[in-house]
Amino acid sequence: MRILYFAWLRQKTGIAEETVSPPETVRDVAGLIAWLAVQSPGHADAFAQARQVRAAVNQEFARPGDPVAPGDEVAFFPPVTGG
Amino acid sequence: MEPRIRVQEEPFDAAAEMAALSEGRTDVGGLASFIGLCRADDGLAALVLEHYPGMTERAIGRIVAEAVERWPLTGCTVIHRVGRIRPGEGIVLVLAASAHRAAALESCGFLIDWLKTRAPFWKREEFADGDDRWVEARDTDDAAAARWDAPRP
Repeated sequence: MRILYFAWLRQKTGIAEETVSPPETVRDVAGLIAWLAVQSPGHADAFAQARQVRAAVNQEFARPGDPVAPGDEVAFFPPVTGG
Repeated sequence: MEPRIRVQEEPFDAAAEMAALSEGRTDVGGLASFIGLCRADDGLAALVLEHYPGMTERAIGRIVAEAVERWPLTGCTVIHRVGRIRPGEGIVLVLAASAHRAAALESCGFLIDWLKTRAPFWKREEFADGDDRWVEARDTDDAAAARWDAPRP
């Protein structure tokens, strides 16, 4: 599973992109966040403000309950501020 | 109608883009434009815009497709800059052309409202003293976008 981080999530994790193999018990966005958050102090910091974290699965905005599967591209980022 | 969608670091030429939507045709009765500019609030030296390559183009394409579905447009252009943008420079250009003004004006408003809330861009502010901070999303932008949620009459 390919994970991308943008904006301050990239700064806090210290990485823009990583490939991970979470256990089978990780089935949705919320589960993936819980698993990623304990991977390093940087990850913990990035996911600490859960309400400020948004996600996309395969380049579509996703909700906490949306499924994730091996091979997916999952991105985490703050609420968007373009325009 | 082939919309023009670009994500680029370079500044855009609004006059040239507007001309491109009306030149050589006689069916365009109204051309609405919105240009988002970089302000120098609180000693801001530059805005740095980050985006999600791939998803950005897809998201803008979907927003434009929604506008085309809702209004009879003869032309539509969205150019969003990324990278470092200085005060006074343009950040985003939205153009909507139609036979009549209501469709052009309304769709232009819709496009920028949804661009601000549904396209994966993030702004970081850099200040003259070396400080920097990420811009936070505003509830007023969500409210502006939400007014287009209701089904149209």
